[in-house]
Amino acid sequence: MARCNRIANTRAITHGGTFTRMVARKCARVRCEPVVSSARACAFALVLCLGSVHALAQQNSRQQMRGLDEQVQEIKSDVLSISAELSQLEEKLLYPSGTQVAIFIALAKGDQMRLDAVRLQVDGQLVAHHIYSFKELEALKKGGVQRIYVGNVATGSHQLEVIVDGKLEGGADFSRTERFTFRKEVKPKLVELTLAGPRSGNTPIALGEF
Amino acid sequence: MKAPRRIIGLGLALGLASARPAAGGDLKDLFFGEALYHALQGQFFDALQRLDTELAMHRGLDQPELDALHYHVNDAEFSVGDFELNYRMHHRAGRAIKAVLEGAVDEAVRNEAAFRLARIHFQKDQLDDALHALERVRGRVPEAIKDDVEFLRANVYMATGRPGDAVKVLTPLRSDASLAGFTAYNLGIALLQDGHTQEAIEQLDKAGRMPTGDRAGLAIRDKSNLVLGTILFEGGNFDRAKQSLDRVRLEGPFSNQALLRAGWAEASAKQFDRALVPWNILAQREPTDAAVQEAMLAVPHAYADLNLHGRAAITYGKALELFTGQIGKVDASLRSIREGQFLKALIREESRQDADWVITLRSLPDAPETYYLMELMASHDFQTALQNYLDLEDLRSRLVTWKGSLDAFDDMIRLRKDHYDPLLPEVDAQFRDLDARMRLRLEQRKHLADRLQIILTAPRPEFLATADEQIAAERIAFIEKQVGDSDSPESFSLRQRAARLRGALTWRQETEYHERLTTAHVHLKELNTEIEALTQQYESFVRTRQAATHSYVGYDPQIKRLREQVSGALPRVDDLMARQGRLIETVAINQLESRRERLVKQQTEARYGVADSYDRAARLQSSAGEEGR
Repeated sequence: MARCNRIANTRAITHGGTFTRMVARKCARVRCEPVVSSARACAFALVLCLGSVHALAQQNSRQQMRGLDEQVQEIKSDVLSISAELSQLEEKLLYPSGTQVAIFIALAKGDQMRLDAVRLQVDGQLVAHHIYSFKELEALKKGGVQRIYVGNVATGSHQLEVIVDGKLEGGADFSRTERFTFRKEVKPKLVELTLAGPRSGNTPIALGEF
Repeated sequence: MKAPRRIIGLGLALGLASARPAAGGDLKDLFFGEALYHALQGQFFDALQRLDTELAMHRGLDQPELDALHYHVNDAEFSVGDFELNYRMHHRAGRAIKAVLEGAVDEAVRNEAAFRLARIHFQKDQLDDALHALERVRGRVPEAIKDDVEFLRANVYMATGRPGDAVKVLTPLRSDASLAGFTAYNLGIALLQDGHTQEAIEQLDKAGRMPTGDRAGLAIRDKSNLVLGTILFEGGNFDRAKQSLDRVRLEGPFSNQALLRAGWAEASAKQFDRALVPWNILAQREPTDAAVQEAMLAVPHAYADLNLHGRAAITYGKALELFTGQIGKVDASLRSIREGQFLKALIREESRQDADWVITLRSLPDAPETYYLMELMASHDFQTALQNYLDLEDLRSRLVTWKGSLDAFDDMIRLRKDHYDPLLPEVDAQFRDLDARMRLRLEQRKHLADRLQIILTAPRPEFLATADEQIAAERIAFIEKQVGDSDSPESFSLRQRAARLRGALTWRQETEYHERLTTAHVHLKELNTEIEALTQQYESFVRTRQAATHSYVGYDPQIKRLREQVSGALPRVDDLMARQGRLIETVAINQLESRRERLVKQQTEARYGVADSYDRAARLQSSAGEEGR
């Protein structure tokens, strides 16, 4: 019986998050290659890459994959530029600057509240009701800003009611409602709502206008 | 400014996986924040689209320093590169980072850009370029990437066959906890490749004992122990090899290999009964794993060495059964792939939601084509190909949606035209009439304002006469004209009376002049308020009127162009998807065929083993019988 008692194709791990190559180098009977370390989140996937990869060793397939990769990059670039133009057209058609209002949600820096949902009413009409997924909440916690609503309002003053539901660190529910008045001028109106938990010491719902 | 830039940029560069301090409160540009929001969720297309647009708008401004993005423009430039890198657009990412590198930025920013560029080159296997980029790292390097730079440098040296240089770089490196295990392991491998086997063994031993808590750290520790165990085993140091292999966690990704090797270490020391312990554990595990399949043959081999030929025959029989079943499974997988099921399984929604999704694929009962492709699917090239396939599918679905959106826009424009076209001529006519009246009133107001301005310097009480006084004055003038210059007493008396009346009128106008002037100013001010409201209403109307036209006029060329672009891109995406899909299938089929070949060999070995063991058992039994007689 053949004893396959050797490690085959141990491979490099990059700290950049991906395995990058098969470095064909033999040391005694063990193919040992450097680990190029990286992001912890990718660790398991990275570690799996340490296994053997027979078919991909075939240079032909690899070259074909790389050739295709170049073309995929090209089409991505093209589609991105279409997307940019299309979104500008969409904005012009659906939300002209004279009436456009956009409302953004951000979390106060370092806040530990678990945001569950946000509801917005403009002039008494429910315009947005968003329930947050784990990913969305993490993105907000890391500094992302969500455009929760884009719509049209006439120039002048408008009432904005914000209802925030969430959980505190201890798991207790909390809900907070605030009412604001914002003024829509001729240019597009940007409203930022910065949310904070009641124990953070920050204003629970702070309004910023741009 | 620098700290958040580094945090945002580097955080994203590290696959957005590492914790990044919240920047919500620091962000001044909401659209940049929105791009981050998408990027942090792995939605790099959306992130790029938003940030590209925002940057293009910023660059197009006459006074960009007044724009909110001005505060984050360096972050944004870096982030574009990061997003592109994460969206597997290495060419554009490289260009974006080069632009930062060649811009007027400070040393730390330039060094970070050089590091990122080097990493892109390294990932693309452009090792000379990677080294060249690393050579540009000079002077002040941001603390957060210092270790990463050296770590990358060592890796490039290793990949270019310079393990000695890698050793020199790695030896003094004192990495933080996240990098320590990787550094220690790589140093061991570099020493090994440089021919310092004993030092490599000690280094790997150190790496295999490093305290760690996270998954990556535990995995690299396991890997160190596995490699060390193998080196020691091959050097004939079975005891120490076993100790090292025993340190590999039983539930880790290297446990199967470690159990297999631990068994071989025992077997090589002629401890077959002890070899059976790890092999029997292994034989109970996932049967598609190569190490498990090898253990299925190793177990009866050990029994045979222990002269337990009956047990050996039974376990060879089990192995034979397993291999036959697995060959059937591989055949089913091959059929399934050829029917296109593999690609369908790969583009399941789970693949977008869960980064570790490929790991769970094997457990899906309705995805037989994936059973033998775990290693393949975890490989970088395959992952890139798969991600490209998924990206293409995403692009295709976007393009199809946009095609529909463009039709909807056409409809919207047509409906607006149908609505406004009959209305606007009448509205315009009314507006022209109102506009003329408004201009007249504005002219009157201007006239009044001018007169008031004049009498401020040269008092003219008659300008402030009331309407009655003006009528009275005119009547007096008329009477005076009628009376004429006659010397008759009647005429004289009438002239005197008219003069008295004029005098009374003048007296009133003169004495009330200041009061009247004040009142006139108050009224003019009041009129100004009305005029202002009127002007606002006028402007609002003009804007609304313009908006009405802008809502449906002038879009046709743009929509036509976009429709052509979308229609042109769709077949390109379809073609690329088909080619990418075929390539993925081919690679998978090659992999499966190679596994099948191996399984067939193992099946033959098992079949031979069954027969051989029965023969030996029978011979043993008969010789025992003869001895008994």
